[in-house]
Amino acid sequence: MAEKIKINLNRVPMPKQGAVARRSNFNEVALGYSEQQAIEEASRCIQCKNPKCIKGCPVGIDIPEFIEALRQGNMPEAVRLIKKTNSLPGICGRVCPQETQCEASCVLNKKGAPVAIGRLERYVADWERAHPEVTEKRKRRRASKGRKVAVVGSGPAGLTCAADLAKQGYKVTIFEALHVAGGVLMYGIPEFRLPKDIVQAEVKYVESLGVEIKLDRVIGKLATVDELLASGYDAVFLAPGAGAPMFLGLPGENLSDIYSANEFLTRTNLMSAYSFPLYDTPIRVGRRVAVVGGGNVAMDASRCAVRLGAQEVNLIYRRSEAEMPARAEERENAKEEGVVFRLLTNPSRFIGDESGRVRNVECYGMELGEPDESGRRRPIQKPETEFVMPVDTVIVALGTVPNPIIPQATRGLELTKEGTICTDEATGRTSKDEVWCGGDMATGAATVISAMGAGKRAAADIKAYFER
Amino acid sequence: MYRIIAKEKLAADIFLMGVKAPEVARKARAGQFIIIRVDEQGERIPLTLADWDAEKGSVTFVFMAVGTTTRKLALLEAGDSLANLAGPLGRPTEVEKFGTVVCVAGGYAVATIAPIARAMREMGNKVISIMGFRTRELVFWEERLRRVSHELIVTTDDGSYKRKGLVTEPLKELLLKGGVDRVIAIGPTLMMKSCSLTTKPFGVKTIVSLNPIMVDGTGMCGCCRVSVGGETKFACVDGPEFDGHEVDWDLLVNRQRAYLEEEKESLKFWETSVS
Repeated sequence: MAEKIKINLNRVPMPKQGAVARRSNFNEVALGYSEQQAIEEASRCIQCKNPKCIKGCPVGIDIPEFIEALRQGNMPEAVRLIKKTNSLPGICGRVCPQETQCEASCVLNKKGAPVAIGRLERYVADWERAHPEVTEKRKRRRASKGRKVAVVGSGPAGLTCAADLAKQGYKVTIFEALHVAGGVLMYGIPEFRLPKDIVQAEVKYVESLGVEIKLDRVIGKLATVDELLASGYDAVFLAPGAGAPMFLGLPGENLSDIYSANEFLTRTNLMSAYSFPLYDTPIRVGRRVAVVGGGNVAMDASRCAVRLGAQEVNLIYRRSEAEMPARAEERENAKEEGVVFRLLTNPSRFIGDESGRVRNVECYGMELGEPDESGRRRPIQKPETEFVMPVDTVIVALGTVPNPIIPQATRGLELTKEGTICTDEATGRTSKDEVWCGGDMATGAATVISAMGAGKRAAADIKAYFER
Repeated sequence: MYRIIAKEKLAADIFLMGVKAPEVARKARAGQFIIIRVDEQGERIPLTLADWDAEKGSVTFVFMAVGTTTRKLALLEAGDSLANLAGPLGRPTEVEKFGTVVCVAGGYAVATIAPIARAMREMGNKVISIMGFRTRELVFWEERLRRVSHELIVTTDDGSYKRKGLVTEPLKELLLKGGVDRVIAIGPTLMMKSCSLTTKPFGVKTIVSLNPIMVDGTGMCGCCRVSVGGETKFACVDGPEFDGHEVDWDLLVNRQRAYLEEEKESLKFWETSVS
């Protein structure tokens, strides 16, 4: 790589399913690079001596190394390099906000587009799944060190922590409340953004490291954290997710056909309601759907509604698009699929019919004032701007608050005023001995990769604790 | 998989099922529920526990075969398995020494009230139970409830067995006599509503067990939201038991009926596919 080569300032575009076709299916939208495209994109990496991208990665993947292996066509080596630090690359390659992490730190940003690190990570992960015979046959590892760890929740934080500890030789058992492993990766993120067989393949990889996953186990109910510790676990990592959906607190919010995004997505993704009546769980998506919120979950819900047959999907957001927390890519995808952004608009009440179904949303126009504590300009209601939007289905996507089950059932866990578990960010330690926490339960709703980073840090601290 | 170890037909369309779930059996308490999924295509439905046996490692529930899931369930026999079973969920019944407790069950909810009556009696309360059915053929667990009650009143709507009339009539007589410290009423929504309306003028605290539609049953989705005392609560984590005088019954009925069309469609689809 010493010779000077001219770098293409544009990244290789991601092949995508056309907007019209994808409106009526749940297949993945981004189709992934071909081998040739992947190698071409990998060749754009200039292999910085002091790579900034690694620092931008919450789990610290050795990015230039794996890209170089990929460029040389040494795929098994690329797989090995990624999996050294990241147990869930097929997931991260799809849902990480790379544009604010590794790719944001890429030096090519100064001149043109950064290397498409996420797409390359995805390519490597998909290659591995397609070539199980090439990667070394992994034997189920035997826990070699006599310490046992209980991990509560099998979402990104739990899986990462469990995988890291298992790689270190500790015996790890994950307790998952739902009937499948994966947490938000299964119930929340839709199939068209993150295919469920990819999640399950990465869950299987974690199991192949020797991690045992027990499903249908609601910790806090079936067993308390103290009971886990008393039954022989030497450490507990709590990663149950943020849990409870927030509502607006407006009149009429409990009318039928008003869903939380959690419920709407759970029915759709986890329970396969899009295949009703072949699957038993129904979902009601009428002709006109309103989604309230501006985050990634609001985009996911809107795009599911489109695919479930809604003719009109209005996204109601109280600020302007510049303040929207959703990723640019997701906003673009939603718009391409016909989702209409009703910006600077806020609902004030829901109006139902005689059978208690929602028929209308009353909304107000908003304007932006001075920045608030979140740094975003505060939306202010404009007088005499109310109007009524006719709807058949409403999805409230305002985020989540911590699920009360574990905090209520656990003695000695200090909580924040928001109800999350007080957790030291660097180590994942809580106020309770032998108990660590990470993911949304520690931070409030955040990203898959930040939860994975927390799982990793907690695993490292648990290991240090065991070795003390 | 969770193995079915007992199945019994208690009355027309009403079945008892015992399932191996040792960890759940060890922790279960009166008033709690489980979530089950019959098969890989199945939905998650809540079922209140009728009994549990920590030694045998099993839990027991009673269900009425009315929709797709419960009809599928009714086809399973001892030796078959359920795809999933999670629990115990919800808060247990508040069991204290109240004095005289009247336990009222409507229809197959007698299975839910039985462990509550037992727990109330073990706590030293005087337990008077009332069980009401539409007609004689539907009556079950009369002896079982009698064993855990100091007094038992049985009613049928049509008078085909024991006392004719609704459960609210003997309930009102007991209230008029005085000395009732707490009422637990569990059954169909309208029955619980009527019981709550009956007790309200007497100012006797009345606990009801709400049965809205649920999906995850762990507080994650908000499908089971109910309004109690003007506040939105999640029946799965805040309940399922609430003060019947505070419940917005009309909202509950509406939300329970939200999927009637889909339930019919699902049942029709299932019937066609099994025949």
